[in-house]
Amino acid sequence: MGKQQDILHVQGLRTSFFTDNGIVPAVDDINFSIHKGEILGIVGESGCGKSVTSLSIMGLLPQAGKIVGGEIFFQGESLTKATEKRMRSIRGNEIAMIFQEPMTSLNPLFKIGNQLTEAIHTHQSCSKEKARKRNIEMLELVGLPRAEQLLNDYPHQLSGGMRQRVMIAMSMICEPQLLIADEPTTALDVTIQKQILQLMKELNRKLHTSIMMITHDLGVVAEVCDRVVVMYAGKIVEEAPVRTLFKHALHPYTKGLLASVPDIRSKKDRLQSIPGNVPKPGSIDKGCRFAERCEHAMERCFVEDPPLYKMETNQQVRCFLYDTETKKEASHETTIT
Amino acid sequence: MGAYAVRRVFMLLPVLFGMSLLVFSIIYLIPGNPAQIILGQRATAEAIAEVEKQLGLDQPWHIQYVDYIGSLLQGDLGTSIKTDVPISQEIFPYLAATVELTIVAMVIAIFIGVNAGIISAWFHNSWFDYTAMVFALIGVSMPIFWLGLMEQYIFSVQLDWLPSTGRYEASSVIDPITHLYLVDTLIQGNMEQFTDVAKHLVLPGIALATIPMAIIARMTRSSMLEVMRSDYIRTARAKGLTNFWVVYKHSLKNAVIPVLTVIGLQTGLLLGGAILTETIFGWPGIGRYIYDAIQYRDYPVIQSGILLIATIFVFINVIVDLLYALIDPRIDYK
Repeated sequence: MGKQQDILHVQGLRTSFFTDNGIVPAVDDINFSIHKGEILGIVGESGCGKSVTSLSIMGLLPQAGKIVGGEIFFQGESLTKATEKRMRSIRGNEIAMIFQEPMTSLNPLFKIGNQLTEAIHTHQSCSKEKARKRNIEMLELVGLPRAEQLLNDYPHQLSGGMRQRVMIAMSMICEPQLLIADEPTTALDVTIQKQILQLMKELNRKLHTSIMMITHDLGVVAEVCDRVVVMYAGKIVEEAPVRTLFKHALHPYTKGLLASVPDIRSKKDRLQSIPGNVPKPGSIDKGCRFAERCEHAMERCFVEDPPLYKMETNQQVRCFLYDTETKKEASHETTIT
Repeated sequence: MGAYAVRRVFMLLPVLFGMSLLVFSIIYLIPGNPAQIILGQRATAEAIAEVEKQLGLDQPWHIQYVDYIGSLLQGDLGTSIKTDVPISQEIFPYLAATVELTIVAMVIAIFIGVNAGIISAWFHNSWFDYTAMVFALIGVSMPIFWLGLMEQYIFSVQLDWLPSTGRYEASSVIDPITHLYLVDTLIQGNMEQFTDVAKHLVLPGIALATIPMAIIARMTRSSMLEVMRSDYIRTARAKGLTNFWVVYKHSLKNAVIPVLTVIGLQTGLLLGGAILTETIFGWPGIGRYIYDAIQYRDYPVIQSGILLIATIFVFINVIVDLLYALIDPRIDYK
């Protein structure tokens, strides 16, 4: 994995929260890369550390949160070592972000035009007229009608889908290299969801922006992503190209997630679910974090922390089931019985 | 916005009507007969009847009320019993003195209060935050007359830095134009008098600013803390804005509405004449004026003074309401 063609390279990142009840590791030693022009999906349940990962990249962690280990490289430059001033010039300009809640993500007291122009003027000096033209261009690019009038509207005059489009326009206005989308469609209804996803895919193709798509929705992943990272309790448990993942998931957790997606053709009454709950961050100090909920759990899983195993299918998986040693034993057992 | 403003001002009418009715009924609530008060204890019954007729007190109350409103609408606030001067003439310098002091006090309170609140919120749980909030707590609970006396003792008596009472040196004469002496001396270009007037404003200004400043600081802090947690602030930071812009543009505008409410109420209270402070600092303001009138049972002055203060209070609230709508486009014009 050469750092050259990677737009983003996260290496051994650990982010912890320093609370009154002690130090809580939210992200624990994760490694992944995003290639140029790629859409990488990061999937997991709430609390698995997806959002903390994105905020770590942006340098926007809340006060209690701190990166305690590892490094983040953006186009070869370390973001963990960058000054606040350098980070500000990256934010919104080279790495942009859109959020889950379009209803509350725009400042209610400023006109759309003002908020868009601000995004430009923070990073570029250009005339008001030029900024205005650029605003209109971007609003049209994200498929908003009557763009010119929209500039004079306040966020509360727009629907949720329109606001998310404005957010996307705002984030793309400086043509960033990387767009981090933190559950961009979760708060929207299904038809709007589909439109927004298509829009993002289109922008990815047209402008070659890499996208880090954070979601808990495997449907979203199937729709737009090229590659997927599955996170569980602060760790990456599986990484795979999107097709491979859907056809041939390896980790029991990923399998569980896939099995719990409702299928319109299925006649089953009940949806499958993974028994138990996500462990609280910091509550498991040894062994695999999924072991307690895993139907394949072995003794070893409760004692040792499984490493990421590289598979031939371009997949990586953090599970002892794929340890060559274990595999041999397992196949041995099956041949005997 | 225009229609909203008109509607809001129209909503004042019933309030003003109620106020005038209350103030009018003061005559009936004051023990003793006004005519008797004017004429003194040994007046004859005929003389009293004569004065009552002059004042219209022999008429039924609703006729008296209509007369009263009629003259109010013509700008006639009645005549002082004590000085026999029309109140509308007499009251103005007092009102101006109070307005000048209030403006100075509120400028101090808003400038320090809002900024202390912002810094406290930004450096939440830091030593600055703790210190500022302890001072705010002391400020809210401090008896102002005591603070005033301490100021006078330290800065006038011990250090002799600032004058302790009055609006200007007794030896100088200021030609009143607006009766706001800072403005008047500035118009006349008399810088010596201007600094003298300014010096006289410092101690009472600080004393009066203390409580509003503390309340504003606490309100700004809590309001800012709430706003800074919101999604659009995260968006603003994700755009790469500097902290200064995030705070003073995106956060403050959203946080300012509850602060404005407090500012409006406190301004109204101060304009109502801080009787205690004005007495301690020998400030010839509206509070003192009404206080003296109460001692003298000068009921037309009491009536008009109260009516004026109440009207100002109500109008400040209207202004605050209009400011809300100006700041927040979501506040409906209905």
